[in-house]
Amino acid sequence: MEIEHVALLARLKLSEKEKNLFSGQVGGVIDYIDKLNELDTKEIEPTAHVFPVKNVFRKDKSRPSLPREKALQNAPRKDGKYYRVPKIIE
Amino acid sequence: MSIDEARSAIVRGEIRPLELVIALFERIDALEERVGAYVSLTRENALSRARQAEDDLKQNAGKALTGIPLAIKDNICTEGIKTTCSSKILENFIPPYESSVTQRLKSEGYILIGKTNLDEFAMGSSTENSAFGLTKNPWDFERVPGGSSGGSAAAVASDECIAALGSDTGGSIRQPAAFCGVVGLKPTYGRVSRYGLVAFASSLDQIGPITKNVRDSAILMNIISGHDPYDSTSADMPASDFTSGLGQEIKGLKIGIPKEYFIEGLDKEVENSVKEAIKKLESLGGIPVEISLPHTEYAVAAYYILATSEASSNLARYDGVKYGLRSDGEDLIDMYMRTRDEGFGAEVKRRIILGTYALSSGYYDAYYKKAQQVRTLIKEDFEKAFENVDVIVTPTTPTPAFKIGEKIEDPLQMYLTDIFTLSVNLAGVPGISIPCGFTSRNLPVGLQIIGKHFDEESILKVAYAYEQATDWHKKKPNI
Repeated sequence: MEIEHVALLARLKLSEKEKNLFSGQVGGVIDYIDKLNELDTKEIEPTAHVFPVKNVFRKDKSRPSLPREKALQNAPRKDGKYYRVPKIIE
Repeated sequence: MSIDEARSAIVRGEIRPLELVIALFERIDALEERVGAYVSLTRENALSRARQAEDDLKQNAGKALTGIPLAIKDNICTEGIKTTCSSKILENFIPPYESSVTQRLKSEGYILIGKTNLDEFAMGSSTENSAFGLTKNPWDFERVPGGSSGGSAAAVASDECIAALGSDTGGSIRQPAAFCGVVGLKPTYGRVSRYGLVAFASSLDQIGPITKNVRDSAILMNIISGHDPYDSTSADMPASDFTSGLGQEIKGLKIGIPKEYFIEGLDKEVENSVKEAIKKLESLGGIPVEISLPHTEYAVAAYYILATSEASSNLARYDGVKYGLRSDGEDLIDMYMRTRDEGFGAEVKRRIILGTYALSSGYYDAYYKKAQQVRTLIKEDFEKAFENVDVIVTPTTPTPAFKIGEKIEDPLQMYLTDIFTLSVNLAGVPGISIPCGFTSRNLPVGLQIIGKHFDEESILKVAYAYEQATDWHKKKPNI
């Protein structure tokens, strides 16, 4: 496993120490998981959900939603009515 | 004191809700330094709710839980009350809405006394992965209470609450219930709404009760179960009265004993207690039948792909923008990466890495799809077994509570402690753990009773019959 590549995909900045530790530990778990290859599953349907979940529809009607102040109350950086984020477009 | 006893005492006027709440906080103040069950206590809120309960009782407006103090696992959102998931990333998160389960408890008049400790984001089997301190096992302070609902189980076992809610993704209600000598029920997937439960692995997570006896478990199930339009995976099933089967005979009931659960590595004392329990059930009229769940040995491997994959996706929401911790960075991606590095603990990072890897391009079929196919096989094992038996009985855990620090350095050894509970989540069936004995070191042993989909009634019936015939649930830790 290329730990740096996976950490970037997962948006995790890991220290060198963490990279070493986790690639060993996660590698050990993956070796264990390879046990699954003992089973022939060619003809087996995968289960994503234990019950066949179908689309659940409802009427497209407006309902009360979170007021703006409440939605912003936990934001670590905000500016009036908006969330503040680092500059995205150059 | 159980819910049932507290309710009767309140109705008969023997104790007032305010007295009960004050007495509980006195006990918490005396013990909490040693037990560490709570992340936060809601003292003022509880006192004012107790006064409200007294007014309601005076006006004969008492409901099923009027004046009953309960503890809630800190990954279940409570409006206006901090909900941390025992993670630094949500250290100051105050939910702007109420979860459906606590809304239902509120409608029945419950009093929230505090939010209980857990492994960060419910990822762990010992509650050692909390960012806010250790919870100790009330039966032996050098041992873990189990996890991830270790705070809830320890609070119930040490009488620091009347009962509690936990959540169970791979055993997180049943395993700590077994380690702490209390009753823990994981309902059928879809039975209880997940709205307001902070998501870990959405196809496996269920909320359920941790209680001092089986009747209390049924009482809470009556309140928290049922269809919820806010959770599209909640099942649209008619409401059941989970107390109705309590006290019924179990004569003629077929009890499946899966041979794959009595294997090397099963602690001798645990095995003896469980075998004695099976004999007891037989003496009550149950018929033991040896069965096979042949894919049991693959459950841990399949689970740790599926649960971590779902977690890596669910935890993508912690981006430092809408809520939670934010660490500054050079640009947007750097901000994300620093925020998540500082906010998440080691086990959460490990699981996100494993899940991201399993879902990454080129590996999806080899890991995620393969694990989903094995999940089908495990589910079919249960379906076949239940053609011939009514319930299945196993040990809840292979060993009693282990020592703090014993497994924390070795993730695989920690994962293997859930070997008897994971399959139940993969299959979506309900399972309960009840006390069935003690080891020579006076550590509790748990008996797991597994039922068919949406047949919580049968497992509660068997659990209650066993409880009535034994005294294990009456034993208390000497603290």
